[in-house]
Amino acid sequence: MAERSFKAEVEHLRKGDGDVFTGEGILAITKALLENGVGYVGGYQGAPISHLMDVLADAEDLMTELGVRFEANASEAAAAAMLAASVHYPIRGAVTFKGPVGVNVASDALANLCSSGVNGGALIIVGEDYGEGSSIMQERSHGFAMKSQFWLLDPRPNLPSITKAVKDGFELSEASNTPVMLMMRIRSCHVTGSFMTKDNVSPPLTVKEAIANPQSDFKRVVLPPASYTHEVEKIEERWPAAEKFIVENELNEMFGPQDAKVGIVVQGGMYNGVIRALQRLGLADVFGSTDIAIYCLNVTYPLVRSEFDTFCEGKDHILVVEEGQPEHIEQALGNFLYKAGQTLKLYGKGVLPMAGEYTGQVMLDGITDFLKEAAPDLLPSQVRAPNQDAPLIPDLSQTVPGRPPGFCTGCPERPIFAGLKLVEQELGKSQITADIGCHLFGSLPPFEIGGATMGYGLGPAANGAFDGGGDRRAISILGDGGFWHNGLSSSIGNMVFNKSDNVVVIVDNYYSAATGGQDILSSRAQNKTKATNNPIGDALKGVGVEWIRQIDNTYDVGHVRDTVREALTTDFKGPKVIVASSECMLNKQRREKPIRNKAIKDGRRVEIPRFGVDADVCTGDHACIRLSGCPSLSLKKLDDPLRDDPIAHIDQTCVGCGNCGEVADAAVLCPSFYRADVVHNPTGFENWRARMRSRLIGWLQTRRDGKRLRFEDAPA
Amino acid sequence: MNLALAPKPSDPAVDRILKIAIIAVGGQGGGVLTNWIESLARAEGYACQATSVAGVAQRTGATIYYIEMMPASDRTPVFSLAPAQGDVDVVIAAEMMEVGRAVMRGFVTPDRTVLIGSTHRALAVSEKTAPGDGIAKSDEVRAAAEVAAQTLILADMDRLAVEQGSVISSSLFGALAGAGVLPFARDAFEEAIRRSGKGVDASLRAFSAGFDAAVTGVPAAEVPYAPPKRKMIGPPALIREWQGLEKRLENMPASVQSIAQAGLKKVIDFQDVAYGALYLDRLSEVHAQDSSDHMWELTQTAAKYIANAMVYDDIFRVADLKTRSSRFQRIHEEMGTSDDKVLELTEFFHPRAEEVVSLFPAKMGARWEASARRMALLNRLFSKGRRLRTHSLRAFLMLHILGGMKRYRLRTLRHSVEVKHLEDWFKACMQVRAEDYALAVELFKNRRLIKGYSDTHARSITKFAKVMSTAELLKGRDDAAEWVARLREAALQDPDEKALDGAIATVKSFV
Repeated sequence: MAERSFKAEVEHLRKGDGDVFTGEGILAITKALLENGVGYVGGYQGAPISHLMDVLADAEDLMTELGVRFEANASEAAAAAMLAASVHYPIRGAVTFKGPVGVNVASDALANLCSSGVNGGALIIVGEDYGEGSSIMQERSHGFAMKSQFWLLDPRPNLPSITKAVKDGFELSEASNTPVMLMMRIRSCHVTGSFMTKDNVSPPLTVKEAIANPQSDFKRVVLPPASYTHEVEKIEERWPAAEKFIVENELNEMFGPQDAKVGIVVQGGMYNGVIRALQRLGLADVFGSTDIAIYCLNVTYPLVRSEFDTFCEGKDHILVVEEGQPEHIEQALGNFLYKAGQTLKLYGKGVLPMAGEYTGQVMLDGITDFLKEAAPDLLPSQVRAPNQDAPLIPDLSQTVPGRPPGFCTGCPERPIFAGLKLVEQELGKSQITADIGCHLFGSLPPFEIGGATMGYGLGPAANGAFDGGGDRRAISILGDGGFWHNGLSSSIGNMVFNKSDNVVVIVDNYYSAATGGQDILSSRAQNKTKATNNPIGDALKGVGVEWIRQIDNTYDVGHVRDTVREALTTDFKGPKVIVASSECMLNKQRREKPIRNKAIKDGRRVEIPRFGVDADVCTGDHACIRLSGCPSLSLKKLDDPLRDDPIAHIDQTCVGCGNCGEVADAAVLCPSFYRADVVHNPTGFENWRARMRSRLIGWLQTRRDGKRLRFEDAPA
Repeated sequence: MNLALAPKPSDPAVDRILKIAIIAVGGQGGGVLTNWIESLARAEGYACQATSVAGVAQRTGATIYYIEMMPASDRTPVFSLAPAQGDVDVVIAAEMMEVGRAVMRGFVTPDRTVLIGSTHRALAVSEKTAPGDGIAKSDEVRAAAEVAAQTLILADMDRLAVEQGSVISSSLFGALAGAGVLPFARDAFEEAIRRSGKGVDASLRAFSAGFDAAVTGVPAAEVPYAPPKRKMIGPPALIREWQGLEKRLENMPASVQSIAQAGLKKVIDFQDVAYGALYLDRLSEVHAQDSSDHMWELTQTAAKYIANAMVYDDIFRVADLKTRSSRFQRIHEEMGTSDDKVLELTEFFHPRAEEVVSLFPAKMGARWEASARRMALLNRLFSKGRRLRTHSLRAFLMLHILGGMKRYRLRTLRHSVEVKHLEDWFKACMQVRAEDYALAVELFKNRRLIKGYSDTHARSITKFAKVMSTAELLKGRDDAAEWVARLREAALQDPDEKALDGAIATVKSFV
C-alpha cells in the first residue's frame, strides 16, 4: 500500500458529461485516460509521477469495472514493452514513468516499439524530473523522441490542456501509427485546477477480448527486411501523417497579434512562465492576452515546418524558449530558417541560459534582454533605464545551513549505515558504490558512506571492475526496489557468474520506499491484487549466491556491524550478500499508529517506547548525532551558565526505533540515553509490581536525599 | 549583499493575482496548509492554482509549495507554477532557517511581501554534527527578515500548535488569517479547516493561537529566561557548612559571584561540601592574582571551568544522576505518564576495561592499567553492552549503591588522574597570567574541549593537549590569546580534527 492514498479522490474519476473536476494534474490525467477508452495502463513509480501510479492502483476497482487492465510493471523497460499490445491490436494503452532516467531504462523497448509502429494509440506519460526538487541528473527526454521517431507532447500546464493532450495523444498516435510521449514537468504533475469531464468510456476492444482472438503480423517484427521497411515507413508515412494531424487539429497554438514584428516560440510547458514574464513587463494581462506573438508548441516533436514558416511571416526577431540542453528545437528551427534563406534574427540560448531551470527570474531576465534588442520601445521605461536604488538585504548565505533530504525519523536504514560506519572506523575505508533509493542518503553527512550511483539496480554492477578482487573487498549497496527492478540479474547474477569476491548490502525496507511506499515482490504486506512475500533470500539462492546473511532487525547495530565485518574478512570466496530487513518507518507508523491508538482506546495493553537523553549526563560532544542524523535527535541549549555547548535532545517526534540506544552501545558512546516504555492499560500484576517498586525505590531515594544538600525542587 | 529587485512596473491587471509561497521542511504538513488555502480561495469565489515539488525533498529536505489566486470570472487566468524573486505577496516559512532561505532566495521584498515565519528550529544535520556549537544564528535571519519584509510576523508557530495538540500547519494558517493579507473573513478560514474533516477541533485551537500571534504578537516566550532562585535544603549540619561557603563567596568580586555560586553548587552536588571548599580554594588562588583592571575576567572564567574540571563524568556520577527521584519525576512529566500507565526505563551502559579499572584504588588501578593481559581479562569480563532496567529493583539498587560511593571516589584511579590533569592545566594557566592575561583566560577556556565518554573522551583529551601544547609555541606573541581561541574553535568544528590540524599547521608556519 502506498504512502499516499487516493481512495477518496478516485471517486471523482467517476464524474460524467458536463461535470467539473477539480484537483491535481495526475488525477486529471487518469480521468482523461478513462474518458478516452484506454484499454490497459501500467508503469513504474518515480517522482514526479509516483502518485500517478498510486492513483492508478487505487483506481483499480473502477478500471476493472470498465474493462481496463492495470499492470504494475517491473521496470520502465517492462512498462514500455507492455505497449506491444497496441502493435497488433487496436487497443489504447498508456504507461507512465519518470524521465529521463526511466526513459533511459525503457529505451530498448521504446526503440523496438517505434520501429514496429502501433495500431492502437500508445501513450507514454513521462514525468520529466528537471530543475528544483529533482533527484537525478539534469537531462532531457527530448533526444529519445528524435532518435526513435516518436512524437513528443508538452502541453501548457493547466488541467484542460493536459487532459486534451491525452486525447490528442491517442488520436495522433493512431493517425500516425506512432507511439506518443506526453511530457509532464515536475510541477505540472501536481498543479491543481479544474476541467470539464466527460463520461468514462470502456475500451472498444478489451485486452481480455483481444487475447481470445490472437493476432500476429510478421511485418511488424523488428527483423530484416521488415526493419528497413519500418525506417522508410517512419519517414514517408508516419511522419507526414503526424504533421497533417497536428496541423489539421491545431495541436499547436498561436497567441497574440500574429502580425507583430517580434515573436516567441515556446514549449507548451514553459508557456505560463513566458506569460508571467510578459505580465511583469506589462506586456500581457492576467488572462494571457499579450502584445507579443506567441507560437506555443504543445507538440515539441516533430516540429511542423509549414506552421513555423507561417508564424515567421513578417517577423524580424524570434525568441525560442526551450528549457534544458542541448537546444534541439532551436537548432531545428535555425536549420529551417537557414535552408529557407530567411534573414530574421533567431534568439534563444544566449539571452536565456543554456543550462538550468528557467525560473521566474531567469525568464524575466531573458525576455527582457530579448526585447531590449528586438523591440526596446515595447519595454516600460523603468526597465530600459532603472533609476531606483534597490534596498540592501543582508547576505544570509553564510548563516542559513543547507537542508538536503535525509533519512526519516526512525528509518531502519540509519542503523545499517551506523553499522557500516563503525566497520569503516575499524577496518578503514572501502570502495563503495550505491544505488537508487532512500539509502542513497547514506552518502550524505553524517554517514558519508556511498559512492558512484550508476542507475537503478546497478549498484553492485558499478563495482564490476573490482570483481577480480584485491587486498580489500568492495561494498555495494542495493535497495529492495533496485533488486527487483534490475539488480537480481544485472548485479547479483553477474557477481555469481564472474566469481566476484565483493560484498553487497541489500537494504530491504519492504517497499519501493523512496517513490512513496509501493509494494514490490518481497513486500510483507498482503495485497489482494499482487503476489507479495517472495523473500529476497530465496531469489539470491536461486541465482547461486552461497554466502547470504539475513538480518531481520536492522536496529541491532552491533549485529549489522559484526555481519559486515564478517563479510569483509571471511575466507569465503565468492559474492557475499547481506540482506538487512526492517520495515520503512514511515509506512510502519502509518500502518500501526491507528491500530495502536484503537487498542489503547479499547483498553488493551500497549507498550509505546520513546527515547530520551539525560541532560546532566550528556556532555554535548554530539558523537551520537554523527552516527545518526535522526530528525528527532536534535540539540538543546541549556540555561546553565557552566555549559558552553548544546546537548543532545530527543523531541516528541521520536518513534522509539531503538537506534540511539543501539548506537550508544555498539559505538561505546555514553550512558546519556535511556528508553522509556510507557505501558498503556497495564495488567493488574504490572500495576501492583510497579507500585511496589516505586514504593521501595522512593524510600531509598528519600533516604539519600535526606543526607545531602540539594535544591528543593530540582537537581543541581 | 543580495540586491532586491527594483519595484516592478505597476499594472493593475497583473496585481490582481495574489501569490503565496510556503517554504517548509519535508514532513511538516506544507501540503495540508496548501490544501486549506486552496479550498478557502475556491469557496470564496476565487480562481486558484497550487503547485508543489514532490520527490525526495519531502524526506526531511527543504521544500516549496506555491499558490496563486484571483477573483474568478468567465475567463481563465494564466498562473505561474513557481514563485519568482521579487514577485511574492505572502511568504509562509515554517521554520526559522527556512525564513532565512526565503529571504536569501529573494522571495521576500520590502515593496510587497508579508512574511509569516515560525521562529522554532528544526536543526539541519550540519548544525548538529559539529562537536561544539554549530547552531545557526537565528538573530541574523531575524535582522535580515526585518529589512526584507514589508510586514513581518514571527512567532514560535510550532509551539503554539503543539500546545493545542495540533501541528504547525494550523497555527500558520491562523497567522495567515490574522495577517489580514487575504481578502477573506476569519470564518471562511475556519470553514476550510472544518471541510477537511480531520482533527478539526485541535486544528481550530491552533488556528486561533496563530491568529492571535499575528494580531497581537507573542511576547512571553521571547524574554530571556531567568533561572528561578531555588533554595538549598538538606540536613542542618550541611546547611551550616554551605552557609559558610556562601560567606566565602561574598568575598569574591560581584561579577564573579553568580558563576562561582553555580560552580560551587555543581561541585558540591558532585561530591560534598569539603570538595566545594577545595573548589573555592582554587578559585581564591586565581582571585588573588586577578584584578579589577580586567573586570575579573580571569576569575570568572576560572570559576566556570574549574568547576567543570572538578566534576568529571565517572560511573559514580552517572549512577547517582540516573537514580535520583527528580530524574524519575522529570521523565514521567516528559513522557506524559499518568497513574493509569506504567513507565519502564532502560539505560544503556557499555563499560570497557578502561572504565572498570578507573574505579580501582589509584595504585592498584595504575598497575592493572599497565598490564595488557589484565586489561584484556577485564574487557572479556565486562566489555559488552549492558541494558539496565532502572525501574526494576535489581538494576536500581546496583546504580543506587554505585551512586552512593562518593567517599570512595576520592581514592580511585580516575580521581587521581583527573586531579593531576586539572593541576597541570591550572598551573599552565596561572603561569602565563603575569605576562599575558588574555592568554591565561583562553587557556582556562580550553577546558571546554574535554567532553564525552570512552573513546570520545580520550579523543577530547588529545585535542585539549594539542591545543595546550600549540599554545606553548605561541607564548610571548601579541596575538597568542587570539590564536588559542581560534585553535579551540577549530577543534570544535569537526570530530576528525581536520580543522584543528590545519590551524596548528598554520601556527607552526609562523612561529
